[in-house]
Amino acid sequence: MIMGLPEEEYFASGHRACAGCGAAIILRHALKAAGPNTIVVSATGCMEVVSSPYPETAWKLPWLHVAFENAAAAASGIDAALKKMGKRDSVNILVIGGDGGTFDIGLQALSGAAERGNKLTYLCYDNEAYMNTGIQRSGATPKYASTTTTPYGLKIHGKTQFPKNMPFIMASHGCYVATANISEFMDFQAKMKKSFSKPGVSYIQILSPCPPGWKSQTDQAVKISQLAFSSRVTPLYEIEDGRIKISKEPVKPVPVSEYLKTQQRFSQMSAEERAEIQKFVDSEWGKISGLAKSGLKIF
Amino acid sequence: MRKLIETSDAVAQAAMLCRPLVIPMYPITPQTHIVEKLASLISDGNLDAEMIHTESEHSAMSAAIGASAAGVRVFTATASQGLALMHEVLFIASGMRFPIVMAVANRSLSAPINIWNDQQDSIAERDSGWIQFYVETAQEAMDTTIMAYKIAENKDVLLPVMICIDGFTLSHVFEPVDIPEQKAIDRFLPKYEPGDKLDVKNPKSFGPIAFPDTFAGFRKMQDEAMGRSIDIIKNVNSEFKKAFSRSYGDGLVENYMIEDAEYAIVAMGSACGTARAVIDEMRKKGKKYGMIRIKCMRPFPREEIISAAKPLKGIAVLDRNIGLGAGGALFTEIKAILPEKNVNDIILGLGGKDITIEDIKKSFEIAEKENSSTQWLL
Ligand SMILES: Cc1ncc(C[n+]2csc(CCOP(=O)(O)OP(=O)(O)O)c2C)c(N)n1
Ligand code: SF4
Ligand SMILES: [Mg+2]
Repeated sequence: MIMGLPEEEYFASGHRACAGCGAAIILRHALKAAGPNTIVVSATGCMEVVSSPYPETAWKLPWLHVAFENAAAAASGIDAALKKMGKRDSVNILVIGGDGGTFDIGLQALSGAAERGNKLTYLCYDNEAYMNTGIQRSGATPKYASTTTTPYGLKIHGKTQFPKNMPFIMASHGCYVATANISEFMDFQAKMKKSFSKPGVSYIQILSPCPPGWKSQTDQAVKISQLAFSSRVTPLYEIEDGRIKISKEPVKPVPVSEYLKTQQRFSQMSAEERAEIQKFVDSEWGKISGLAKSGLKIF
Repeated sequence: MRKLIETSDAVAQAAMLCRPLVIPMYPITPQTHIVEKLASLISDGNLDAEMIHTESEHSAMSAAIGASAAGVRVFTATASQGLALMHEVLFIASGMRFPIVMAVANRSLSAPINIWNDQQDSIAERDSGWIQFYVETAQEAMDTTIMAYKIAENKDVLLPVMICIDGFTLSHVFEPVDIPEQKAIDRFLPKYEPGDKLDVKNPKSFGPIAFPDTFAGFRKMQDEAMGRSIDIIKNVNSEFKKAFSRSYGDGLVENYMIEDAEYAIVAMGSACGTARAVIDEMRKKGKKYGMIRIKCMRPFPREEIISAAKPLKGIAVLDRNIGLGAGGALFTEIKAILPEKNVNDIILGLGGKDITIEDIKKSFEIAEKENSSTQWLL
């Protein structure tokens, strides 16, 4: 044990993720938090593809991949089976999906599992696009980001919409919800561990830097995540029993542009567009921090 | 015990007797009676299973896969649009070799939307790697559901099985059914012992990505399992006969008055009952009519059909489906194995149109008079 974490690696090295992939770091820590008595279900996407080139596997835990949009549904089946076999209390179920498999195509299955109260932790590694298929936009892609289906062109400037607020959608289901950041990995660990003690679906969302998709440097995943936190692009909070609690606030907040400039997907944005994003981030932070301060049971 | 029950009820009771632990479901007409019955069996404590009330058929089949991967026996049921929505995951269930058993209450596919019977829904899934049975009576629906588990779970097979029941025409019909005793079923169908499963003590990876150098090998293994299942289906059919004094042809094909027949109907499902009545009547008038009933569409029982068809002068294939632009699916497959024969394709009974005695007589006439024609009976 180091800092309460097993030394054992459950996501083996030798997988085929790109150099500097944030999601690979996320999985390594997520599985350590989950521990050996865990069944993992993956949605189709980068992490599924890079980890399971037959006959190799990076998974040292029992692992199931079925398809893109149904990881939460497949996990519901496992939940029901474990219950009937009398093994429900001794085994964790960890579902791992990308933002596409979570915000978009898998939303229905995840909502269904949450409404039914299937006991599982759903971890969304959010690299803000469909990376596995070549960087297409998703419901999580930020406004003005250039992707292969929303290129930043002369007429249309990247994605034209803001991303959806997936943590709030899951909180509306009554779930335990947390956001996490790889630059705050003890916090991530604690939230993962807490999720396994919760009834029903828990939802954890974590920003997942992707060098080829974000056109960022391969040694910057943690640094970029840190900037996302300190610029409040991705605030760290928990929603528990319907109340929002800020987990940690940046000591010295930095402007959003500090974060944007680490990634070429934002490089063509105009000054006005950057200002608009700053405004959006401020308003989101105002909403979240205000709700947290109020102490009200919102969800 | 012999009881007058609805076919849906017979299927639900058969499923109960097989002791599935997980039943993911989603309602759709005309399947709904099956899962409603199962829900009440669970509610009343007669069946100790977990029903998962999924939010779609896609999720129902996905949950079935998850439960099966975890190592338990699974049952589900669907129809029509629901089966079509499952399409993607049907291939995954069979590709991962999970012995899931599913009843399909056959119904047409939209558009136009129509809730009544034809077999377009399951025919569209005939190449999904599922064993497909088409049944004629409530008793057969019950018995086939029980046999399905024994076939699916056989270590030389490990394929999912679909039991196709004509929607309304059979699913909602009441017939006298012999309901086997639980003890007899427990003897016939042993406790489910999964091979590989999701197990924290013995972690394995399920559902990896296969590159071009290995992918075809997996498909070939599935196809070989289909091939092996031919004998296993026959054996299970005979074992069932030993245990319950009932069987259905050789388990794959059931012939009626075929030995000396000159003209025959080839058909699947509940219309075969009507065909039997017509054959009986026409035999009295001196017509040498017979029937080849295809109980098993996948694996396709080629040899069994070829040998039954040997003496025939003319064949009318009843297709309760249409492969648009290519003819009925059953016809295409029969013609492929009987290229020299006079095989006629009769497209009928679509979207709930009854298949009448007149339709069957007309089909025999076509077999006698026409040569490899395609006819729509509207
Ligand atoms: C039904 C279906 N539609 C589309 C695809 C193609 N596809 C596979 S992975 C993927 C994108 C995955 O994106 P995300 O969930 O964000 O994960 P990432 O690859 O970014 O890690 C897509 C579109 C698919 N496999 N299945
Ligand atoms: S494309 Fe991005 S998310 Fe996918 S493996 Fe590479 S770095 Fe990781
Ligand atoms: Mg993504």
